[in-house]
Amino acid sequence: MIELDSVMLSRMLTAMTLIFHIIFATVGVGVPVMISIAELIGIKKKDKYYSLMAKRWARGFTIIVAVGVVTGTAIGLQLSLLWPSFMQLAGKVIALPLFMETFAFFFEAIFLGAYLYTWDRFKNPMTHWWLSIPIIIGGTLSAFFITTVNAFMNTPAGFDVEDGVINAINPLAAMFNPATPTKVFHVVSSAYMTSAAILATIAAVTYLVKRDQEYAKRALKLTVTATLVFSISTAVAGDLSAKFLAEYQPEKLAAGEWHFETEEGADLVLFGTLNDDNEITGEIRLPKALSFLAYGNFDAEVTGLDKIPDDEEPPLFIHYFFDLMVSIGMFVLLVSGLYVLMTYVKKWNPHNKLMLWALTTIGPLSMLAIEFGWVYAEIGRQPWIMRGFMKVAEGATTSPNVGAMFLLFFLLYFVLGIGTLVVLRKMFKDHPAEVELEHLYTEVGKGGER
Amino acid sequence: MGYEYIGITVLWVFLYGYLIVASVDFGAGFFAYYARRTNKDHIMNKLISRYLSPVWEVTNVFFVFFFVGLVGFFPDMAYYFGQALLIPGSIAIVLLAIRGSFYAFESYGSKNNSVFMFLYGATGLLIPASLSTALTISEGGFLNVTDDGVRLQITELLLSPYSWSVVLLAIVSVLYISSMFLSYYAHKAGDKDALSLLRKYALFWSIPTIIASMTVFIAMSQHNPEHFDRLFDYWWVFGLSVLFYLIAVFLVYSEKLYGFAFIAVMLQFFFAFFGYGVSKLPYLLYPHVTISESVTPDAMGLALVVAFIGGLLLLIPSLVMLMRMFLFDADYIKGNK
Repeated sequence: MIELDSVMLSRMLTAMTLIFHIIFATVGVGVPVMISIAELIGIKKKDKYYSLMAKRWARGFTIIVAVGVVTGTAIGLQLSLLWPSFMQLAGKVIALPLFMETFAFFFEAIFLGAYLYTWDRFKNPMTHWWLSIPIIIGGTLSAFFITTVNAFMNTPAGFDVEDGVINAINPLAAMFNPATPTKVFHVVSSAYMTSAAILATIAAVTYLVKRDQEYAKRALKLTVTATLVFSISTAVAGDLSAKFLAEYQPEKLAAGEWHFETEEGADLVLFGTLNDDNEITGEIRLPKALSFLAYGNFDAEVTGLDKIPDDEEPPLFIHYFFDLMVSIGMFVLLVSGLYVLMTYVKKWNPHNKLMLWALTTIGPLSMLAIEFGWVYAEIGRQPWIMRGFMKVAEGATTSPNVGAMFLLFFLLYFVLGIGTLVVLRKMFKDHPAEVELEHLYTEVGKGGER
Repeated sequence: MGYEYIGITVLWVFLYGYLIVASVDFGAGFFAYYARRTNKDHIMNKLISRYLSPVWEVTNVFFVFFFVGLVGFFPDMAYYFGQALLIPGSIAIVLLAIRGSFYAFESYGSKNNSVFMFLYGATGLLIPASLSTALTISEGGFLNVTDDGVRLQITELLLSPYSWSVVLLAIVSVLYISSMFLSYYAHKAGDKDALSLLRKYALFWSIPTIIASMTVFIAMSQHNPEHFDRLFDYWWVFGLSVLFYLIAVFLVYSEKLYGFAFIAVMLQFFFAFFGYGVSKLPYLLYPHVTISESVTPDAMGLALVVAFIGGLLLLIPSLVMLMRMFLFDADYIKGNK
């Protein structure tokens, strides 16, 4: 039985905040890219459907951003409230990107405000489009800065420790630690992919319920193509991440792959379960594939868990999360690839029922893959909060009130989650694209004020 | 001058900025709700929403900037305040979260939902109250520091006259600053009805504001006599604050120069806030944390200052653009755009 002490509760509360926040953060980083592309196509092709698409996405985006802002504020403060000793130590080394993230976000917030309220204010529509660029830059930079902090927790760098005192601090080396490049690439690429996939799901559902099919067709073409492009880059990023782990954080890779003995030509274990004696059953075993995955060489030696001290071994259940994340990634890549292929072959109808049903799943599945990936990344770092320097138990607050705060935040996220769904539904259910299009371009008022 | 002085100055400026913009926002939420309850919402709620819509997120960033910067420049504060403020900090987060998201729900989703309006109004007063406890705690006397960690003595906090005097000041000054700004904004929009209503609010709230300020002084003399003595070293700063208070109230009372009146309000709080801040030095958290002992190592201090300057070069032009587009664009304010 797990003991619910303040360390465990702090972990649970942080996990809950992050699991909730990452949904909004992901969409917040990725959707501006899609909005910007749609607006640009709309202007260049003079196709009002695309312009409307950008507008509708932006409208839904505001709600997501709002919840992302408040949950982001929550995690920002919770870092100090729940992990005071960690922040006291790490703050001396890694405060720079945390600080710069605020600037990036400030920058994004300013231009988002300007973008949302100036749709028809400029004579040249390209002027408005240009406002979308700083939003993309701000959002992606925010993701970059925050990810460097997480990377630092995995591979701390940029300082020396002498007799328990930190010195020789180099903030840039801390920020650009070994985990930063692959982690940033993976996080940003998967955020773009998931955002495109979620918009594809919405378009597929719209098409299936036989509403706004002209609009939905264009939306599908744009979003599924984007999903394909970004899922390929995410797969590349994932592969680079595995190679990074093999070199710098072998225990995380070993635990995720159930690789117990250090060996050359290591097999890759897919799926399967562990029995009570830590023996793998029901797996698919690809000979020597782990060596190839880790080093690009079928005979390379891969460090196993035998080389890791027992009290520094991550929990083994992360294997399931790793497999789920990769399987989803592959599925989304295949489905979006198939759709794009079908649009190019004249004889095939990409808008058949089966294809559309498959497309309705890719948004939620991609979001799940992001959650699974983070569970893998975070549990895979255990028992460390700052690998090699501080364990989670040393970083946590000693306050006895974390349990009550867990319940308080659970309630908050529950209310915010429901509120978001209700408002988004209301926003689009009574305002189908076709009606809105007529409304916009004939300027004959039908509904209430828009 | 070391990084501790640069750091605390930057942070204090941002906290001051937050105090002003957030007060306008918090108070506006309350007035919008109050106007609705008294069936006066047709007079001014359109005005309020035209101001709030484009700027609410920017307000939030001032706050995030402050606490991230505080932990960056003075990492020890994470240890002390982090442990001590778990409950008040969490409550503040929840209130801010409810406020921010329900504002978005209301203005982009379901218009004029009374539950949302109520939450927006109520949190406008509760957030300043809960945030002000952080300043109260920093005066010392409410923490129990042992080897096991830092504990907030909640009973002492709840029974302290000083603590309540700060809460009172926080709430009334929010209403005062906000009504002063909205009067100016209504004047600029040429909205006579809204102006006459908001002007009355401004004059009304000016009285409890000055009373609450005095009360804080008196309570401070009981709670932290050492700090109280140092406040008197800077008596002229507080004198200037009172002078600008009188100017602001006089201008609004005589119905002229609303823009200057609001600048006077900003100066009134500028002097009071910096007088309080400078007399508090060197303590960040009396008597446990001083700025010079808790300051981050030089390399990080330098990096933060460079990042800060770079950030400002990026942000100031952008903010100017935003303000020209919305706050000071006469056509926008009047609702023509």
